[in-house]
Parts: sequence; C-alpha cells; structure tokens
Amino acid sequence: MISTLGGFTIFLALGVTLYAVAAAIGGARTNREDWLASSRNAVLVHFCLVTLAIFLLEYALVTSDFSLRYVANNSTRGSLTRYKIAGLWGSLEGSILLWEWLQALFAALVVARYNDRHRELMPYVQAVLQGISVFFLALMAFGVNPFARVFPIPPDGRGLNPLLEVTDMLIHPLLLYLGYVGFSVPFAFAMAALISGRLSEEWLTITRRWTVVAWLFLTGGIFYGGWWSYRTLGWGGYWAWDPVENASFMPWLTGTAFIHSVMIQERKRMLKVWNLILVTLTFSLVIFGTFLTRSGILGSVHAFADGPVGAMFLGFLALVLLFSFGLIAYRSDRLKGRGELDSVVSRESAFLLNNLVLVGICFTVFLGTLFPLLAEALRGTKISVGTPYFNRVSGPLGMALVLLMGIGPLIAWGRASLDNLRRNFLKPLLAAVAGVALVYVLGVRDTQALLAFLCCFFALGAIVFEFAVATRTRARTTGESLLGAFLTLLLRSRRRYGGLIVHLGVVVAIIGIAVSSVYKVEHEQTLKAGESLGIGRYSVRFDGLAAGERPTHILVWANLAVSKDGAPFGELTPGQRFYPNQQTPFASVDARYRWNEDLYVVLSAFERDGKSATIKAMINPMISWIWIGGVIILLGVIVAVLPERRLAMLALRSRPQEA
Amino acid sequence: MKGGRVKFLVGGLIVAAALAGLVYSGVRDSMVYFYTPSELAEKRDQVAGKALRVGGMVVNGSIQWDPQALLLSFQLTDGQHAVAVRHRGTAPDLFKEGAGAVVEGTWNPEGYLRSSTIMAKHSEEYKPPTHPETLESKKAVFKSILKEEKK
Repeated sequence: MISTLGGFTIFLALGVTLYAVAAAIGGARTNREDWLASSRNAVLVHFCLVTLAIFLLEYALVTSDFSLRYVANNSTRGSLTRYKIAGLWGSLEGSILLWEWLQALFAALVVARYNDRHRELMPYVQAVLQGISVFFLALMAFGVNPFARVFPIPPDGRGLNPLLEVTDMLIHPLLLYLGYVGFSVPFAFAMAALISGRLSEEWLTITRRWTVVAWLFLTGGIFYGGWWSYRTLGWGGYWAWDPVENASFMPWLTGTAFIHSVMIQERKRMLKVWNLILVTLTFSLVIFGTFLTRSGILGSVHAFADGPVGAMFLGFLALVLLFSFGLIAYRSDRLKGRGELDSVVSRESAFLLNNLVLVGICFTVFLGTLFPLLAEALRGTKISVGTPYFNRVSGPLGMALVLLMGIGPLIAWGRASLDNLRRNFLKPLLAAVAGVALVYVLGVRDTQALLAFLCCFFALGAIVFEFAVATRTRARTTGESLLGAFLTLLLRSRRRYGGLIVHLGVVVAIIGIAVSSVYKVEHEQTLKAGESLGIGRYSVRFDGLAAGERPTHILVWANLAVSKDGAPFGELTPGQRFYPNQQTPFASVDARYRWNEDLYVVLSAFERDGKSATIKAMINPMISWIWIGGVIILLGVIVAVLPERRLAMLALRSRPQEA
Repeated sequence: MKGGRVKFLVGGLIVAAALAGLVYSGVRDSMVYFYTPSELAEKRDQVAGKALRVGGMVVNGSIQWDPQALLLSFQLTDGQHAVAVRHRGTAPDLFKEGAGAVVEGTWNPEGYLRSSTIMAKHSEEYKPPTHPETLESKKAVFKSILKEEKK
C-alpha cells in the first residue's frame, strides 16, 4: 500500500516538476503571466507531494512496516522512535528523498519570498531549482526507489549501524544537507542572471544571505561531524581526510572563497566571471562529492554499494558543468569587469590572494582524494597519498589564510598607504611577536608550531585591535558607554563585525587544531587490577572490569581511578559495546573534557576473565578550542545575517530614551 | 594600468608555483604503494623500507594478541598468498577474522609486514548471520564479569 502510494507520489512529483520547468521557461519567453503563476503553483504542489512522500516513508519507518526494503534495512522494532525517524537518512535511498525534500522546500521558500519581485530573474531561478529536483526525483523513480518492496517480509529489520544510533545522527547529516541544498539557491540565481542577461550585481545582492546561511550549515555540519567523531569513535581524532570528509570540505572551500570575492564585485564591479565560476564550482563539488561517496568508486569505509547511482550522478554533474560553463561562455562578452586593480598592497589583492589560497587548498584536496584513481589510470599502479600529504600541504596554506584573515579586513581599499599599514598592523605584529616570545618561554620549541602561533596571534591581534579602536572611537564621539558603543557597532555594521567574529572563531579553531596535533600524547598499556599507567601529569589506575545489560547491547567497562599530580581526579569508565548481530564490539569512549586539555581513555582490549585490560590513554591539549571556535563562528554568522529590522527593534527596546 | 596587470600576473604565478611545489613535494614524500599479498610476494625484495599498503582478508584463526607486549599478529590473504603482519597496539573497531583489512606499514626483510596503521574495511552490504546471536548468547560470554550495576 505505502509502496504503491509512495512510488506513485514520486512519479507524480516528477511530472509536476517537469511541468514547472516548462511553464517557467515558456512563460518567461512569451511573457505570459498566467503561465508563470501556474509554474509557481507547480513549485508549491511539488513541495507538498515530496512532503507526502517523506511522510509516507517516515510512517513506514516509525510503524516498522518491513514490507518496504528500505525500512527493513534501516530500522528495527526495538529502536527508539527518534532513531526510527533518523533511519530516513540512514542510507542512500532515504538520503536522496531527504535531499530532494529540502531542495523542494528551498524552492518553495524562494518562490514564496520573491513572489512579486525580480520578475526577470525568478522564472529562470524556478526553472533551475526545479531542474535540480527533476534529477533527484528521476534518481528515485528510475534508480534508487525508497519505496521498493521486499519479499518475503522479514520478521524484524536490521536496524541502523549501532554507531549511528546516537543523538548526533539527528543533527550532523541534516546540517550538511541543509548546507548542500542551500548552495543551490545562489547557483540558481547565477544561472538565471546568465540566462536572462541581467548580469549586474542583482543576483549577488539577493542571494547574499542565502549563501552565508548555507555556508553556516555546511560549516556547522563539518564541525559537528568532527566533534561527533572525536567523542564517540575512540581513535582520539576528529578528521581523517577520508574521502567523505573531503567531499564536504571541498565545496566549503570554494563557498568560502565565493563569500569573499562577492565583496569585490559589489565594491569594484570586478571578478564577475570568477564569481560565476566559484558558485558553479561550489554546487558542482556538492554533486561531485555525493558521486564520490555514494558510487563506491574510492572504496572508502563510508561508501555505499555500487549501482546505477554513480553513473546518474556523473551524468548530472557533466550536465551541470556543460550547462553553466556554456552559459558563461555565451555571455562572456557582457561579463567584462569595469573596475581595475590599483595596487598590489590593497584589500582587493588580499581578497584575491585569499581566493587563490582557498581554491588552491580545494585543488590539493581534490588531487589527494582522487590520487589513487589518477595513478591507476595514468600509470597502472595503485598509489595513494594519505594523511601526511594532506597535513603537509594544508598546513602552510592554512597559515597563509590565517595571515590574510588578519590583513584582509583592515587594509585599505584601492591602495594602502604606509600610514594605513602602520596604524593597522604595527600593534598586532608587536603583539604577535610578544605572544610568540611568551610561548617560547613556556616551552614551545617546534619551529612550525612557533610560526603557526605567530600567524594566529597576528590575526587575533588585528581583530581584537580593530574592535577595540572602533569601540573606543565610537564611545568617545557619541558619549556611549564602552559596552553600548560595542553593541551599536555590531548592530550598525553587522556584516563587517559579524565577519570579524567569524574570523576570530576560525583562528581560535586553528589554534586548537595546531596545538592538539603537535602536542598530542598517547600511551597504551595492558594493566592487571590495581596497576597504573602514567601519562603526562596523570596516573590512571585500573580497578577491574564490570559489565551490564543495556536495552540494546551489553556494555563491558573498565573502572579507572584517575589522579592528577597525585591528587584524585575522578573516575573514568571507558568500555566496549557488544550488540547482538554485530560481530565486533564498538568503543565507548570516556574522557575529561577541559578547556586546556582533554584526558581521553579507551578500553581497547580485555581478558574475558576480567583480570586484565588494555587501556589506551591520550592527552589532547586545547582540542576543545576547535569546538569553541565553531561556536564563535556560529555567533558571528548570526550577527552578520540577522535581519536589520529585527535588530533595530531590539536596539530601540534596549535604549528607550533615544527612541 | 598595464604595469599593474603584470604585477598581479607575476604575483599569481608565484603563488601558483609555490602551490605546485608544495603539492609535488607532498605527493613525493607521502606516496604509498598499494599491493595485494600476491604482488607483495613477488616484489618483496624491492620494497624493503618503503611505505606500502597491503589489502586482503584476515585469515581465520591467524589473529594472535599478546597483551603484555601489545603485539598483534595476523595474516592477510588474497586467496593465493598470505602475508604475515605485526602490529604494535590494538586493532580498530570492525577488525575481525574473515573480514577485509588494509594495513599500512613497511616490509621487514625478516619476513613480515611491520604495520603502522590498520584500516578495517566493512561493507554496508549486509549479510544476515546464519545463526543470529541474541543478547542472551552475548550475555553468556561475559558471565564472569557481568554485574548488575548502573554505570
């Protein structure tokens, strides 16, 4: 019943979507307002149909209707309802349906928001967004049907992989998908600008907020993924340069470049083609990343079984690239920039360099990810480059980015005078040198770490000085208190100061990444009851094993008494989870998370008689700075994108005497 | 403005060249060759000391674990040849006999692969176990340490 209804809904939505594309293009070509209105309605109907489809699949998941193959594969009776719901994005078919639903949602939001505005652009925006949906619907209709039946109907489903039955599973994938889908909006507007020939900065201005919000979701998804991996997977790290991770990182890099280069076009009317290329690349990399991870082509741990999906994604990717670059070439004579770069020492060049570095990192990640394929195709040998390659290449480039984060926002437009340079950068530079001297005295001797600290302190200094100077100037001229001046500053130039806060968050995170990777300590030892292992200033005593039954698994854990510098520091209980039907156990990490360092312990092996256990202990210094940096980025983006009107109201309420 | 253009072009080229150099040296120093156990058997004289990856199946019954020395030894096979692996430390989740694994390390001329990293491969393709284990049967295994206490 649900299978038939669901399949029918998908086909119906496909028909409606095709109609929406045709009506939008036809209406725009012939200037028929009724066709355009009908296309807008079709967009909304499409959204309702996909919502119905997703509701049907969720209903099947929650009620454990194992006649659907997808439900039988990704759900089990014993699971909590929230994990039954999360089964929707537990594997390929459901993920595609979720993606398509978000795609339909964003299209509906765009149509609802710009109903009567941007009349020349909107029909083509609709056509492009619906065109993307056509691909996903066709994928489900002819490739991976989430409503496929299974026979005989199994008595119980397999359930999610136990690693996925955690609350994080409800957040991380959704954030990523929201980011991925979000970037289709600026892409659609860019294509609409090319098709309609309205090549001014209009499309950039409209999509600015969409882009930043999409960027926020993608950034949040990436950070959250790292945090999840760190807390639960038990290898003490958060990022492994796995193809799946790279797949989300590459569009993030080009998207970040896009957010910056947009500002040059707004200000200087330059880089028009470059911006179109960046937004196209970002969207294409989203599709490419999905192809990479879902086709199984790289044989990654995350990869799904092969099927027609890979070929369909590759075909769609080729179509997107041909279509968008064809359009750019077609309009190339009208895309000549009007401005000129004046001086190498200017904000424009800093932004240009930032773009070059970001796209450069993206290229190196791309190369490293595809290296095994390239080597096999070109030389017939299987060669891969692992984590050392990525760390080595991204380290210096990341530091260059950090330096630019300090320089870019402060250096003058056009041509920076010596005076401007001295005023903005002398103090941060002195502060950075002083900071490096301080960490040297504290015992940091590693040259790379010292260089990294120099870059980070410089960027931090530049941002903090900018806030301090601007706040003081404002307080002096208006007579407001320092806090009041600071808040009005944030409200008045939200984009600028929101952006600076984001930079602050990125630098904080990079400090965390650098320090935790250079100064990480790890020790593994087998202990009998009563024995201790020493790591850093900690001593970890093994007080025996225990086991207990949990609703879905058996947990075996080690009781560890920890002391720091001889003083008791609490108990830790790392364990292993044994699931029925899973042949290997899953780690259950325990740790003390502190702002300056984490003590992280894993039970890596134990004797069945409970007499001895192998404990792996790690000290990860300043790793929490990464997550704190992530939160600062979130706050910065919120400051940057909150609607003006609402902020103005808040400001009025807080200072009634001025209203 | 011609002069300005040239300056930017030169700057861009310098950045691009630096990038290319970085990538080149990065690739050169971290290239890892991938072999099957058979290929390794053939080339074992040429690869001593080089970083390589070997992928295969963990031979049933071959896993030995010395908890005091933290030494894990096992054999990887591709059906034709088996290669002995020694790894200091414990194996990752999902590593088990009869399942796929990729080992990164160097070939020791004494006749074994000295592993630095083990990557367990698991396929999303699910195979139903012939005798499904239940929570009860798992419980029996841990009888000696099973206590009903709350964590």
